[in-house]
Amino acid sequence: MLQIVKNEGTAVSVIAAVNDFVVKFANVNGSGSASANQLFAKSIIRMGVPVAPRNIFPSNIQGLPTWYEMRVSEAGYLGAREGTDLMVAMNPQTWDQDIASIVPGGYLFYDSTKAIPHSKFRDDINIIGMPLTELCNHEYSDPRQRQLFKNIIYVGALAALLDIEIEVIETLLKEQFRAKEKLIPPNIHALHVGRNYALTHLTCPIGLTIRRSNEVGDRISIDGNTAAALGAVYSGATVAAWYPITPSTSLVEAFTKYCGRYRVDKETGQNNFAIIQAEDEIASIGMVIGAAWNGARAFTATSGPGISLMQEFLGLAYFAEIPAVLFDVQRAGPSTGMPTRTQQCDLLAAAYASHGDTKHVLLFPEDPHESFLFGAEAFDLADRLQTPIFVMLDLDIGMNERLCRPLTWDDSRRMDRGKVMTSEELNTAKDFGRYLDTDGDGIPTRTYPGTHPTRGAYFTRGTSKDRYAKYTESGAAYVDNMQRLLAKFRTAETLVPAPQIRSADTETKIGAIYYGSTSAAMREAQDILTKHNIDIDLLRIRAFPFNDDVRNFIASHEQIFVVEQNRDGQLRSMLINELEINPAKLKRAVHFDGSPITATNIIDKIAGFLPAAQILEARSAL
Amino acid sequence: MSFLPKPKLHHPGLGCNSLGFTKRDYEGAVSTLCAGCGHDSISAAIVRACFELDLPPHRIAKLSGIGCSSKTPTYFLGNSHGFNAVHGRMPSVVTGANLANRDLIYLGVSGDGDSASIGLGQFAHAMRRGVNMTYIVENNGVYGLTKGQFSATSDKGAKSKSGATNKDEAIDLVGMALQLGATFVARSFSGDKGQLVPLIKAALSHKGAAFIDCISPCVTFNNHQGSTKSFDYVREHNEAVNFLDVIVEKEEIIVDYAPGATEIVRQHDGSLLRLRKLGESDYDPSDRAAAFTFLEQRKAQGEIVTGLLYVDPTADDMHDLLGTTTTPLNELSEATLCPGGTVLDKLNASLR
Ligand SMILES: Cc1ncc(C[n+]2csc(CCOP(=O)(O)OP(=O)(O)O)c2C)c(N)n1
Ligand code: SF4
Ligand SMILES: [Mg+2]
Repeated sequence: MLQIVKNEGTAVSVIAAVNDFVVKFANVNGSGSASANQLFAKSIIRMGVPVAPRNIFPSNIQGLPTWYEMRVSEAGYLGAREGTDLMVAMNPQTWDQDIASIVPGGYLFYDSTKAIPHSKFRDDINIIGMPLTELCNHEYSDPRQRQLFKNIIYVGALAALLDIEIEVIETLLKEQFRAKEKLIPPNIHALHVGRNYALTHLTCPIGLTIRRSNEVGDRISIDGNTAAALGAVYSGATVAAWYPITPSTSLVEAFTKYCGRYRVDKETGQNNFAIIQAEDEIASIGMVIGAAWNGARAFTATSGPGISLMQEFLGLAYFAEIPAVLFDVQRAGPSTGMPTRTQQCDLLAAAYASHGDTKHVLLFPEDPHESFLFGAEAFDLADRLQTPIFVMLDLDIGMNERLCRPLTWDDSRRMDRGKVMTSEELNTAKDFGRYLDTDGDGIPTRTYPGTHPTRGAYFTRGTSKDRYAKYTESGAAYVDNMQRLLAKFRTAETLVPAPQIRSADTETKIGAIYYGSTSAAMREAQDILTKHNIDIDLLRIRAFPFNDDVRNFIASHEQIFVVEQNRDGQLRSMLINELEINPAKLKRAVHFDGSPITATNIIDKIAGFLPAAQILEARSAL
Repeated sequence: MSFLPKPKLHHPGLGCNSLGFTKRDYEGAVSTLCAGCGHDSISAAIVRACFELDLPPHRIAKLSGIGCSSKTPTYFLGNSHGFNAVHGRMPSVVTGANLANRDLIYLGVSGDGDSASIGLGQFAHAMRRGVNMTYIVENNGVYGLTKGQFSATSDKGAKSKSGATNKDEAIDLVGMALQLGATFVARSFSGDKGQLVPLIKAALSHKGAAFIDCISPCVTFNNHQGSTKSFDYVREHNEAVNFLDVIVEKEEIIVDYAPGATEIVRQHDGSLLRLRKLGESDYDPSDRAAAFTFLEQRKAQGEIVTGLLYVDPTADDMHDLLGTTTTPLNELSEATLCPGGTVLDKLNASLR
């Protein structure tokens, strides 16, 4: 039986770290590992140490390999990090690539029941074998239990190896099975089977350990799709129309779940919501437009291919001025691209969706907390601006549980339904013109169908019309309308979430602009660069259209890096285009291989443009 | 193109319905379609049906796709909200509108290109979902607006105006609607007002997906010899299986008919459909399977079967299937919709 074995004759470096390392679980999908891995991550968070877990799941479901990667970071860096310090290799199929991803001096934990040839290991890593299958077979006779408890057994062993407080895991198990108390004792038993084995047969702890800390605070763990769905529930969305597509599906699933919990009338059992799985994304957006036209708050959730299909309707919604909320959980394109990998690649497709001159409002949440905030805000903006609003999530935010500030709601908050005339208002109004801008903000007034017997009815169409919604092909009327739409877009600039600036301690002429899920890695990169005397100011864009803060930030820096997760620098193009910036001033710093961007990626991209010596130093510190 | 405003003056001689509205109140802008276009007759039938049913005009929402047929909602029900969607996608917009407010009456108007080609998918799914609406396809066998190309309802062997022969099999939207679970299926002819008006009234009173395939000759591009959608051809081959009267409940029902020849169907809203059987056929509109067979047999003989072909008077609609609240969703307020801060605090606690 193997202890921590340093392969004979090799001088192995051993990584040692407290509260700062990456653990990766290689599993076979459907083996019940997901909940065990989450339990493990949660136990570290309960010890007050921040953890950023990420699911990695290839789209090719044959063989069903999945990975669960956890970055433990007392400093609170929740972005991804290269390399694995501890690999929990539970999938023989992916063994070779899993072994290869371990950093020199790192650790391999594996099931040693079946002998594995020496050549399958590496000399420069520390190997921890534990006969998991054998232990399970000995302990349980039922094959289902053998599989299920194997996961808990390895959690118990890892707890011993990393010095995690076992009581914390016990408490979590009790919470998890509160409704099925019968399951608590056998789970706790399995946990101790693993722990005891490790304590007696393996050297515990290893060089990687968890020490109780206080860096988590009141933060919660939630995925962005769930948080966005809650935003929709809270802001009064009643109609959801969608077509299944990774990575957006779980958003509608969460909406369904929470509507089931909070939106079913207790007395009548009737639903205060309607969710339709449409025949495709064209129908999804059509339904959203129909519902919103008729005064309900409506949304769809999709990803790039769905956005492509919705193009014609989005032009109609823009031109006919119909509120609609779209959650675009981005994945790597074009076409089917890498459907289970993350990217920020739909900016241009969304911002200028459809033919003709169009511009759409985009919101960029950085994490689940903002997914909730912006998810709710999107409905007010859509109603206020009478136009489609895109909430641009991505797979990294949407499908991973992320530590973030708790969700909060002010009970005095009321829906902003925008300029809608009631029957009484129509009675007293001198005039109603659907496309009449009465106060100069570019936003006209609408009526819901069925409001008044003789006033306020109008015809909605995608063809050109005058201010009273009458069909016209007059060039002047068309231009008048298109200019008003531009004025409305300028109003949008004042209503959308403003950018956030994170200045360096010392004044600097270097700036970086970023958005969405790049946030965590960007801030980490800034900290690393600062430590090496490279000061860089950050501006996080939270919405399109851009406001003056963005213009001023660009003007006040000599060199700007636009950091994003797509090939062509889509935000950069938009900045150049919308703010008329000299392209030479905006440097493209892009990462687009489908993995979430890391601080190293960012520093690597910036490297080419900064003094070489400084950069070398910064990179070596990573 | 712009329209001459119509004088809104009521002619003293115009009769009022029980709501005090005259037929004028159900009319729209002056049509810009070609003189004699079948679609205009359908608009007139819609006006009459709504007037006779005493429907408050503002409680009707009229929606359409793109095409000459889809333009027509501008030409009727001027006091109703209207929506010209994109080509072939009216059904999804109606579905969404209906989800938002189940209390309005939804009238969808489409063309054969709009519904049988680009919008075939949306047509199919609106039918199978039981969207409570009246869906009228103004079927002329061509794309009128884009100047006379064959449409998917053109019969195999039909000739275009320029002499080309259609080689593809025709899609029969009536057959599809039956197969897809529409709960009211009818075919009519724009040239037969006596048949069409009651059918529209019955469809508007029906709860569920009501479909009317209305043959509506395009006088400009498809009214020649060799067309199977011309006025002459349809008149010659029209085989009406029944004649319908719609009796809204408030009217006194005088039952006076020869037994066996007439059937009374009571719909959800209390309206009664009195069906007089025509010809030799003993057509039973409650038998979906028999309807299929009958349609196929008559088609093989070159006949165009018209009338009320199928009705399920007690069908469930989309909202019944979804279990939606009886209050229109667009009327619900924060108090009902927002779970509130305390719930969120609890949720946060469960996520730590
Ligand atoms: C996406 C798109 N493709 C093509 C068109 C051009 N187009 C307008 S109407 C029409 C056909 C209409 O035919 P139909 O529905 O039968 O109506 P009709 O004019 O015959 O009443 C087409 C192809 C369009 N408006 N949109
Ligand atoms: S082209 Fe045909 S369908 Fe269009 S308006 Fe003229 S007659 Fe009617
Ligand atoms: Mg046509």
